[in-house]
Amino acid sequence: MATGVFSSSRAKISERTLRTDKWWLQPLITFSVLILFIIYATFRAFENGNYFAEPLISPFYSPCLSAACATGSSLLGQPFGIIKILGMTLSPALLILIFPLGFRMTCYYYRKAYYRAFWMSPPACAVAEPHSKYTGETRAPLILQNGHRYFFYIGLIFNALLTVDAILAFRNSDKQWGHMSVGTLVLVANATFLWLYSASCHTCRHTIGGRLRNFSKHPVRYKAWTIVSALNHKHQNFAWVSLLGVAFADFYVREVAAHVFTNFYFF
Amino acid sequence: MARKLNLRIWRGNRESGSLQNISVDANEGEVVLDVIHRVQAEQINDLAVRWNCKAGKCGSCSMEINGKPRLACMTQVSSFPEDEEITITPLRAFPVIKDLVTDVSFNYKKAMEIPSFQPPEGMKPGEPRMQQVDVERSQEFRKCIECFLCQNTCHVIRDHEENKESFAGPRFFIRIAELDMHPLDMLRNRKKKAQEEHGLGMCNITKCCTEVCPEHIRITDNAIIPMKERVVDEKYDPLRWLGSKIRKREGIL
Repeated sequence: MATGVFSSSRAKISERTLRTDKWWLQPLITFSVLILFIIYATFRAFENGNYFAEPLISPFYSPCLSAACATGSSLLGQPFGIIKILGMTLSPALLILIFPLGFRMTCYYYRKAYYRAFWMSPPACAVAEPHSKYTGETRAPLILQNGHRYFFYIGLIFNALLTVDAILAFRNSDKQWGHMSVGTLVLVANATFLWLYSASCHTCRHTIGGRLRNFSKHPVRYKAWTIVSALNHKHQNFAWVSLLGVAFADFYVREVAAHVFTNFYFF
Repeated sequence: MARKLNLRIWRGNRESGSLQNISVDANEGEVVLDVIHRVQAEQINDLAVRWNCKAGKCGSCSMEINGKPRLACMTQVSSFPEDEEITITPLRAFPVIKDLVTDVSFNYKKAMEIPSFQPPEGMKPGEPRMQQVDVERSQEFRKCIECFLCQNTCHVIRDHEENKESFAGPRFFIRIAELDMHPLDMLRNRKKKAQEEHGLGMCNITKCCTEVCPEHIRITDNAIIPMKERVVDEKYDPLRWLGSKIRKREGIL
């Protein structure tokens, strides 16, 4: 039976949409960029190499928690030993990537992006979606989107660790402090973008003050909420910049570790 | 300076209908509603169109112009290229009555399902005093003119007629948010009702409601997502649930 815009009571119009603008362009760009990131991140997560070049470590492999990690790359030790699956050593990246991945997958902005670009639910506003049924986020697995706040909390720990990695990058390859290279800038920028992405998150906004009913009784939290709200306006931008930033940081470290180019030191 | 406009206006009723080609003059500074009135006056006298204030404040002239839900009185003719054909149809999420007029009573039914503001017991009219910071969030939602463009563009009901029973829609999520954020509202089960009775969980935050709002209310960011987070506080967050049991109160007020 016809439903949606083709329901019997609605105006009889045969087109799924009458939009004349390029409504398909935005979801197409989103789809393409996310697919490219997924392919690159998957390749890097399974590559299990070229992720550490003293003092730089790739954000995909930090913290490096397995005994298979490169010497000197394990900031928090190696509690997992060497894990083998079907005789193959598990890449250390696979032990940790679920957390940043979960944070982005459940992020309110990315939900909009991939529901539109991948699931076409809907592909664009006032463009009929192709699905005959829809239950939204009321059932498994999408009801798990409600766990976003836990990924947010864990994400803060990752941000802190990547900030430490950026600080450690103010050393040279002999671990002497007081040096700065292009790699230092790359890791500092990566950590900054990640903090901005987390600080502008809707869950952060809620936690810091959004859940209050009486702002006047909590002036400090109200002030913090107004700052986070201002950042929240730019959450989409921070989401993209931090995604591309983390990919670029990984790419840079990879190329340095693989000796494709050397890490230029300013001093 | 007048220009010639080529329109396609949907004409019909619940049984049948089609797009009718019309050529009409448009003067500089006119909006689509002006042009529709000219068509009505000069060419199709029985063209049905709902309108009232012609100032973007009554929300009556909601329709779809080139497939986008818009207010006809706020859509400048000059925003379309000279040679572009303009297609005008009724809202496609609601039952059509005639031509550009739809039956939006679904929204009034949903409005009645939302419990009204419940003041503290014994509080008399004129007694409440609130500070500006406590009122500001709700004031944004009070700008709503009930044009129902957000309801019309929301794919949950636009694309799934069967969801109308269980889904209130973005316009009413901002109403629920407004009341739930009100410091003096004493009804404490709004979050539960939003999730279980008004279908908040069906929203997948694709933000079309925000995109079409003529009052630029940030429906998704300021009402729906905060309400989803409040629902998580109460329903899906075991740590907060435990905290509320220990402290014997509903979150931090």
